[in-house]
Amino acid sequence: VENVRLLDRLSSRKAALGTLYLTATHVIFVENGSEGRKETWVLHSQISSIEKQATTATGCPLLIRCKNFQVIQLVIPQERDCHDIYISLIRLARPVKYEELYCFSFNPKLDKEEREQGWKLVDLTEEYNRMGVPNNYWQISDVNRDYGVCDSYPTEVYVPRSATAHIIVGSSKFRSRRRFPALSYYCKDNNASICRSSQPLSGFSARCLEDEQMLQAIRKANPGSDFLYVVDTRPKLNAMANRAAGKGYENEDNYSNIKFQFIGIENIHVMRNSLQKMLEVCELKSPSMSDFLWGLENSGWLKHIKAIMDAGIFIAKAVAEEGVSVLVHCSDGWDRTAQVCSVASLLLDPYYRTMKGFMVLIEKDWVSFGHKFNHRYGNLDGDPKEISPVIDQFIECVWQLMEQFPCAFEFNERFLIHIQHHIYSCQFGNFLCNSQKERRELKIQERTYSLWAHLWKNRADYLNPLYRPDHGQTQGTLHPRMAPCNFLYKFWSGMYNRFEKGLHPRQSVTDYLMAVKEETQQLEEELEVLRERLANLQKSQLNDYKVPSKQQDRSKQFGLSTSDNSLANTPQEYSNDLKSFPSRSPSQGDEEDSALILTQDNLKSSDPDLSATSDQESGVEDLSCRSPSVGGCLPSEDSGKDSDEAVFLTV
Amino acid sequence: MEFAELIKTPRADNVALHRPFYPAVEGTLCLTGHHLIFSSRRQDNAEELWLLHSNIDSIEKRFVGSLGTIIIKCKDLRIIQLDIPGMEECLNIASSIEALSTLDSVTLMYPFFYRPMFEIVEDGWRSFLPDQEFELLTSVTDEWRLSCINKEFSVCPSYPPVVIVPKSIDDEALRKVAMFRHGSRFPVLSYYHKKNGMVMMRSSQPLTGTNGRRCKEDEKLINATLRPGKRGYIIDTRSLNVAQQARAKGGGFEQEAHYPQWRRIHKCIERFNILQESLIKLVEACNDQSHNMDRWLSKLEASNWLTHIKEILTAACLAAQCIDREGASVLVHGTEGTDSTLQVTSLAQIILDPRCRTIRGFESLVVREWLQAGHPFQQRCAQSAYSNSKQKWEAPVFLLFLDCVWQILRQFPCSFEFNEQFLIMLFEHAYASQFGTFLGNNESERSKLKLPQKTMSLWSWVNRSEELCKFQNPLFEANSLVIWPSVAPQSLQLWEGVFLRWNRPSKFLDEAQEEMISIIKYNKELQAKVNALRRQLAEMETDDRMQENL
Repeated sequence: VENVRLLDRLSSRKAALGTLYLTATHVIFVENGSEGRKETWVLHSQISSIEKQATTATGCPLLIRCKNFQVIQLVIPQERDCHDIYISLIRLARPVKYEELYCFSFNPKLDKEEREQGWKLVDLTEEYNRMGVPNNYWQISDVNRDYGVCDSYPTEVYVPRSATAHIIVGSSKFRSRRRFPALSYYCKDNNASICRSSQPLSGFSARCLEDEQMLQAIRKANPGSDFLYVVDTRPKLNAMANRAAGKGYENEDNYSNIKFQFIGIENIHVMRNSLQKMLEVCELKSPSMSDFLWGLENSGWLKHIKAIMDAGIFIAKAVAEEGVSVLVHCSDGWDRTAQVCSVASLLLDPYYRTMKGFMVLIEKDWVSFGHKFNHRYGNLDGDPKEISPVIDQFIECVWQLMEQFPCAFEFNERFLIHIQHHIYSCQFGNFLCNSQKERRELKIQERTYSLWAHLWKNRADYLNPLYRPDHGQTQGTLHPRMAPCNFLYKFWSGMYNRFEKGLHPRQSVTDYLMAVKEETQQLEEELEVLRERLANLQKSQLNDYKVPSKQQDRSKQFGLSTSDNSLANTPQEYSNDLKSFPSRSPSQGDEEDSALILTQDNLKSSDPDLSATSDQESGVEDLSCRSPSVGGCLPSEDSGKDSDEAVFLTV
Repeated sequence: MEFAELIKTPRADNVALHRPFYPAVEGTLCLTGHHLIFSSRRQDNAEELWLLHSNIDSIEKRFVGSLGTIIIKCKDLRIIQLDIPGMEECLNIASSIEALSTLDSVTLMYPFFYRPMFEIVEDGWRSFLPDQEFELLTSVTDEWRLSCINKEFSVCPSYPPVVIVPKSIDDEALRKVAMFRHGSRFPVLSYYHKKNGMVMMRSSQPLTGTNGRRCKEDEKLINATLRPGKRGYIIDTRSLNVAQQARAKGGGFEQEAHYPQWRRIHKCIERFNILQESLIKLVEACNDQSHNMDRWLSKLEASNWLTHIKEILTAACLAAQCIDREGASVLVHGTEGTDSTLQVTSLAQIILDPRCRTIRGFESLVVREWLQAGHPFQQRCAQSAYSNSKQKWEAPVFLLFLDCVWQILRQFPCSFEFNEQFLIMLFEHAYASQFGTFLGNNESERSKLKLPQKTMSLWSWVNRSEELCKFQNPLFEANSLVIWPSVAPQSLQLWEGVFLRWNRPSKFLDEAQEEMISIIKYNKELQAKVNALRRQLAEMETDDRMQENL
């Protein structure tokens, strides 16, 4: 469709005229103009809602909201076209079969071997070995070999050695969806562990000997401690309500030596509504400070983030400081339990704060234990009530920790944002389906590619320049502050206003430091070369009389090559280099805003290079092709000034 | 008056000092004329705390049996608690502190007694003279002149002795204009934008009154700043409503009919007690130690602090936009032209002028646009967030300005030569200092107090390499362009470095800062090494060649 206008959310005056294309996988908007760079690509799987608004004199507005928090406003001249697009998008955004998803058509041009290699990057058996299991206390159980006991669990499950198959099966029958207690994290230093399960089917009085033996076995697998924490991550009221349905929570009297604890994290429906409310605040056009803060407070979002963090902190403390094992569950043990276990693991083990370790963590606590990615993130058309930002909240918890511990994580914010993006993109097979069983049946590993390999390949873009493996902050357990906690958790505009570049700091400290570090590395190399050359030259001067001509030749040649090298490192080059990084923003804020719509760099998911480098490059290009003095165009990247312009016009 | 008269108990032993995030320390408390000194006796880590009495905003006392407790709340927002054994000692100390921290006379303040322990390389009182500023101006334009009309502070008591005005306007006309402006603050040059020759002027409100008085000279003066055929903008920092109400008291605004080449824009920047209330509420919310974050955001919202930040920044961006993008000259004023006006003119310069983003340039900006421009520091900064006395003229105007600068710095972390610490240091010294720089309300008062002769300038201390290195931003790369900050609520944040400074442990953030510095330092060292080697090699090669030629 031609002559479509893409509106800038922040200022209605600046609309871009262009052509809209619908392909099998993407919505593409190409702006008219000499340079074909200005393209906006949106994957169908990212579309969360489409809204057709009342037709106006200028055309028919179409509002597309995306799961990665992009909001696109189009105005289509013909009402009929608009309707067609609307109908097509509704269909395209809600595929009914897995085969329709992008990952089955996405081909990053890797051969079979590379693909297999990619899937092997994260190996959970290796991970459990790293933790130190199997050992005297823990073993792999094959009880779930053919998903016979629990179809949402992995085939390989780690359980206490003393838990026989009889106990496991018995316990599984007493647990919601047969999700029996299994090992999530094991702490080598003190034998304390984190186990996970679903709620017991205790009702008002039911009990199960095998389940009681199972918990006993978990406690005994930690000989240093004489009790076990059982953490129910639900609000007490919810758990009690479940008893009426024959579910519920453990009765301390029936289980020997457990300490039972509620930690009130709300359910998926509350979380979905909370996010919805927060996004409404983010979408406000030129909100006042009060609108924004009120809206944020009312959404309750940060309160929920804090609840999840608090649960993780409680468990990490029990394991690291008290040396007590913890069994965590919620209702089905696949949402809140996954959040809490992974936050606790992240706090406990520095490995999970590395890039590789973080991939392992998501694979372990989320993918393998049957977090229902398909339902929660709406990959296939399904019940909208199943959708909830569960892993988004976990990812945000990590970001909040990164803000508090700037040197503790090997990866940067971009890494988190790109993972979030791909959980919804369906470009890679990792997060398809609701369980390992379904993924195996679909032969995901043979038919799609792994996100982890893709991220690993581009890992240079995801490094936190402040991270040093030997830094104090990197070591041991993280102890986040609990109180005063009022201002600990902040709004993450980098995520929720991700596509409104004008709102973000215009110069990135991370990028700047990464450029400096890169240059440092080059300097180190050059220093080595220069030293070598110097040594050679000194030697040659000593040997001068013996083989003068030959040596001379060599050093001359050498000199040439290094002078090339040095050219790349002259101070001038340095400043250029630096300019190209922060200047994705500096100053030309006004130019920047014209680049605001230029989001395809982040979005062009068909391009396997979903990396920030392309972003920066385009930023630089943008700056170079526009002189800072293109008068007339007002710096209006922010709402505040927009309203001033209104004053301008009316006065 | 002798300070000794006020100090009934100069010393108390076995005092316990409590601070957030530190274990309590036992030690000795001493009171001197200007300081409260606490020193711990422990050998292993002897520690001293020196607190200027003038930094104390309020004190509270409590008694449990014979153990007295004094809670001291400082203007820099720190709160400390002292447990003093002995009812009488405690009472004496409390009343002494109270008396010493509320001395009436400026000449009893510490700057008049302070003897510097450092070598003075450069006299800060002479570092930023108007003549130098004017010299810079004459190198780019000759349309302006330095007027000594206010030499004896006879025309405008809150202006400096010399001001920059359009060349075509003589002193006689200036005198008439001064009669037409509130507090005689006639329009003067604040900033000249080299890029396009546009200017920013500032003044106070015109005294039009209800019957629409006009002043031909005023109109002429303002129009003299316009290029032929160009228009200008008057940014009134009050809402239209407030400006209209001001007419009843003899004030007012420029009528369009009399200033046809000018468009007036009203922005609403709050003043006085509204700002002070806002600060008090904000600090209260920040000091709330409760464990739930239920109401944190609504408390932050209710304080309105960030709303003020947004309003001020927006007005400054607007002024900068008019100058740089619209190619128009701008006149900024509110009522007196000593508060919101200065916030706007100084922030606009930070946006427009790269020089103001350097350490020296920023100091010069503070001197020009705040000290010389007659911001009444002594009145505004007499009390801070913990004060009980609600004087009408106390207001965190300067702190809001610094906060706005911090917001821009946060958005452009590589474009400023100074760091956050520099801004925090200026905040501290504006409220309590051993230096005379921020004493008095204007140049006239400072000259009567003979501050340059009797006190030390803050700049003399700051501008030494030992101090400067603490305030340098390691990420700084000169950026010659105009920087446009975002004023969307998502982009504005609470300035934790000031407001949460004393109630958050900053270890991890400090470590990150150190890491950053060491990364950059290592890079620079390597560069130096590589360059040295390159030179050495080049020399050796030439030697070689020469030998060969021989």
